[in-house]
Amino acid sequence: MMRLEAKKMVATGDYTAAYGALLCDVDVVAAYPITPQTIIVEEFSNFVNNGITDAEFIMVESEHSAMSACIAAQASGARTFTATSSQGLALMHEMLFVASALRLPIVMPVVNRTLAAPIGIWCEHNDSMPQRDAGWIQMSCEDNQEVLDMIIMAYKIGERKDVLLPVMPCLDAFILSHTVEPVDAPSSDEVADFIGKYDPVATLDPNNPMAIGTFSPPEYIQELRYQTHVAMENAKKAIRETTKDFARKFGRDYYGLIEEYRCDDADVVLATVGTVTGTAREVVDELREKGKKVGLIKLRFYRPFPAEEIKKIAENVSAIGVYDRAISYGVGGPLFIETRNALYGLDLPVLNFLAGLGGRDVVKGDIEKMYEILLKAKKEKPEKEIYWIGTRGVSI
Amino acid sequence: MLKEIIFYGRGGQGAVTAANLIASAALKSGNRGVQAFPFFGAERRGAPVKAFARISDNEIFLRSQIKKPDIVVVLDTGVMDAINVAEGIKKDGIILLNTNKSASDFSFPYRTAVVDATSIAIKNEILVGGIPVVNTPMTGALTKILDGIDIENLKLAIKERFGKIGDKNAKAAEEAYNEVIF
Repeated sequence: MMRLEAKKMVATGDYTAAYGALLCDVDVVAAYPITPQTIIVEEFSNFVNNGITDAEFIMVESEHSAMSACIAAQASGARTFTATSSQGLALMHEMLFVASALRLPIVMPVVNRTLAAPIGIWCEHNDSMPQRDAGWIQMSCEDNQEVLDMIIMAYKIGERKDVLLPVMPCLDAFILSHTVEPVDAPSSDEVADFIGKYDPVATLDPNNPMAIGTFSPPEYIQELRYQTHVAMENAKKAIRETTKDFARKFGRDYYGLIEEYRCDDADVVLATVGTVTGTAREVVDELREKGKKVGLIKLRFYRPFPAEEIKKIAENVSAIGVYDRAISYGVGGPLFIETRNALYGLDLPVLNFLAGLGGRDVVKGDIEKMYEILLKAKKEKPEKEIYWIGTRGVSI
Repeated sequence: MLKEIIFYGRGGQGAVTAANLIASAALKSGNRGVQAFPFFGAERRGAPVKAFARISDNEIFLRSQIKKPDIVVVLDTGVMDAINVAEGIKKDGIILLNTNKSASDFSFPYRTAVVDATSIAIKNEILVGGIPVVNTPMTGALTKILDGIDIENLKLAIKERFGKIGDKNAKAAEEAYNEVIF
């Protein structure tokens, strides 16, 4: 590929994701964008067409095939990339399990969009979160800079020999995918130096034929499941180390699996995911000015889940809230379920706030309401665990 | 200081591109925080569209849509039959209209700026399918109204965005910058 100099861009999340793949010098991109897609792969196809990269762009007939082609390419030793969203991700579901079980560190940004029905194109996390058990590392970005940096880090984390898992960086539809903002892009040389070459353990090779992922009797499968579980556990260490290395090299620190914001002396904290974190930062600053001791946890990773980090913070606060943009019907938001699980045995209220489903705008007032409920929960036992913020027909 | 801008136009007129150009020019002019995004809808050519931009000398964290703009930019006054473009505007806010009429012909209780971007687009042959595209002249006029963006940086952003047709678009922006009345 052509050498790319470091530059400051004003770019959409979609362009930024494609540019990230370009900087990582991916070998193969397979895609068939079904509606609703994003322009990530379209932007990448422009790079191929304009001769900026010699990556192979494979147009396939479905998203299921896109993931299949990426699996085959990665198994032959290529560094691969694709992107998807909503219905396309749902169609890929079956193949996601193959990628992780074969320990292929494919990187695939997902633009979070509402999964039908009803048909919606707006931001909701109910497309990526049901992929929880597929064995992919899954995380959410707050801004476009994090999209770029996370794609670079995704290859570094996923390709580590103690991890070897595919990675799914998620970005909120429209709020990042279609929003332009400043992004500092490093040079391709710096990125190459940071992530190194993909060095697979075993590859498909016509001169040395072998088959992978074939029929396996019960004598083998349980150990494979265990090894994949260990790899996901190892990913925590890999993520912590990689964000440190990244900060050292590029000057931007993402602090491992979570980022704490003004948690030090906080009475109550709210854990947020995705772009709502940005708006929540402003609310925390404003409440702090009024003397309210509130803090914020930016939940970056869903898998592996930062249970240890959250527990450490929860031990020093009186109440914790979790913001979700997806719902597991009859139970609560996926991040809430995980957090409550992580905090099992601790005696403090753990509350769930649902807002912004279907792409509804989440405004400062919504987040202020969440903190108001948390501060009240500090004083008296809350009546319920789950709060539907700004929902017609539901009183709080 | 944070400035929030809403652009109104019709699908195909380039309201979203106008917002993006202002963001690029603002960054080039030294603003640390710039952000531009469309109203999140399914756009159709000819239908009313809305785009947003935020500009600040500090980093911007806010992600919600703009409800109380400092400036409203109207690329096509025809949308005003269906949309109240002054909705939510701040007391000292400004409305910038693409029109050949004068500000006093509109009865907004807000400061109103006017520029004939359509004529400027026609004069500079900025046409798509024979229809004048007014987004670049409107960004020029907006740059005059806004503090903190240098017209030269806007012209640079336009040239980077439009390649071969960048020069005439930059020229149209500069003309609108000089001609806007407010």
